[in-house]
Amino acid sequence: MPVQYEGIREEHSAVRRHVGMFDVSHMGEVEVEGPDALAFLQRVLSNDVARIVPGGAQYSCLCNEDGGVLDDLFVYRLGGDNYLIVTNASNHQSDLEWLGRRSREFGVIVRDVADRFAMLAVQGPHARQVLGPALGIELPPRFHVARAQVGGRPALACGTGYTGEDGVELLIDPEVAPRVWAQLLDAGVVPCGLGARDTLRLEVCYPLHGNELTPERNPIEAGLGWCCKEETRFIGSEAIARARAEGPAEALAAFKIEGQGIPRQGNPVLRGDEQVGVVTSGTFSPSLEVGAGMAYVKPELAEVGTEIEIDVRGKRRPARIASRPLYAKRS
Amino acid sequence: MADATYPDDLRYHEEHDWARIEGDQATLGITWYAQDSLGEVVFYDPPEVGATIQKDSSYAEVESVKAVSDVIAPMSGEVVEVNDALEDSPEKVNEDPYGEGWLVKVRLTSPEEAETLLGAAEYRKMLDR
Repeated sequence: MPVQYEGIREEHSAVRRHVGMFDVSHMGEVEVEGPDALAFLQRVLSNDVARIVPGGAQYSCLCNEDGGVLDDLFVYRLGGDNYLIVTNASNHQSDLEWLGRRSREFGVIVRDVADRFAMLAVQGPHARQVLGPALGIELPPRFHVARAQVGGRPALACGTGYTGEDGVELLIDPEVAPRVWAQLLDAGVVPCGLGARDTLRLEVCYPLHGNELTPERNPIEAGLGWCCKEETRFIGSEAIARARAEGPAEALAAFKIEGQGIPRQGNPVLRGDEQVGVVTSGTFSPSLEVGAGMAYVKPELAEVGTEIEIDVRGKRRPARIASRPLYAKRS
Repeated sequence: MADATYPDDLRYHEEHDWARIEGDQATLGITWYAQDSLGEVVFYDPPEVGATIQKDSSYAEVESVKAVSDVIAPMSGEVVEVNDALEDSPEKVNEDPYGEGWLVKVRLTSPEEAETLLGAAEYRKMLDR
């Protein structure tokens, strides 16, 4: 996946206004199957997996014993005891090892199926009306998954995405992927690269593993308490329950630069002469046309409206904590 | 965005900067290649008028959505004017890198540095390598 095809701003705006597609085949897939599939996933994932109906989808964190985030991922329930997990590429191998080791006491098979799938994320307000007719498939509702035939091969259509827009993520046979890509191009879908993927997700404050999420940070700090159901007693739930009760040491906040300057990952967050946090992701927001980002700051500073400064390569840029998401879709 | 161009009347620095020398002054900017590699410029952080800039050292920053880049001075001098229009329209660096997308004007302190710079043909040859 290139950083850009024609230009990040153009691609970004295609997804916000029309429809774009991302080749996210680098994402990993793990199949979990067997009579104990639910019990196993309930043990390793932070959300309440029992709530996923057949054909449903759910966002979750994979945590270590300390509540640190090993990965964040979507789980799709393909059938009764059959689940598919989509992992972040850089965590795929370590996730597999983690899941494999913890699956031994369960009647379950954990299978690496990353080679079976190419993944195309088709995103934007017109994604559904373009995609359905172009491929002749039925599309699932948001946060659901449907089996389909794409290019004459079995495929999965998932009502999920990473852009803040409606859209579908297609898991298809790698052999037919180039043809499907070409078909969608013909249908007017704009090819988009990693650059737009990052600006789109950042504007809606979706965390990125490696930036906002790390094994040293728990989901409470990251504002992901909503996808942690401690009563399911998943690995890490005790530490997370403690963090929730005591309040986190730092909290993830969104901010906008007031005036000039573009924040980048690693920039110190200042208040007076004190460093009060660090930028985890920063960019020029194409929708807001201003520098914006996310940062971990002391919880008392995470209030919307708090004035901060971002040290952008030695220049202090005034900024203000903003409400999440930074960009809200016009409805 | 227009096709690659490297006007003959400019002198070029290996770090993809150009100088238009007029008497003891020069206008500086980045080349077509530089703006193309960087992508859409969304922010220009200029030096201050009166600042001294050194050949081969960074004197400004241009930033695209994806990355920030130092701008290297092709010649030494004192900044006499900066392109203020880029504050509102930084995309001019992409649209017209040798015209409206100029970055600074300097009074040259070592005009002989021009001899170390490349002509358009030489710069093109360097890009092809």
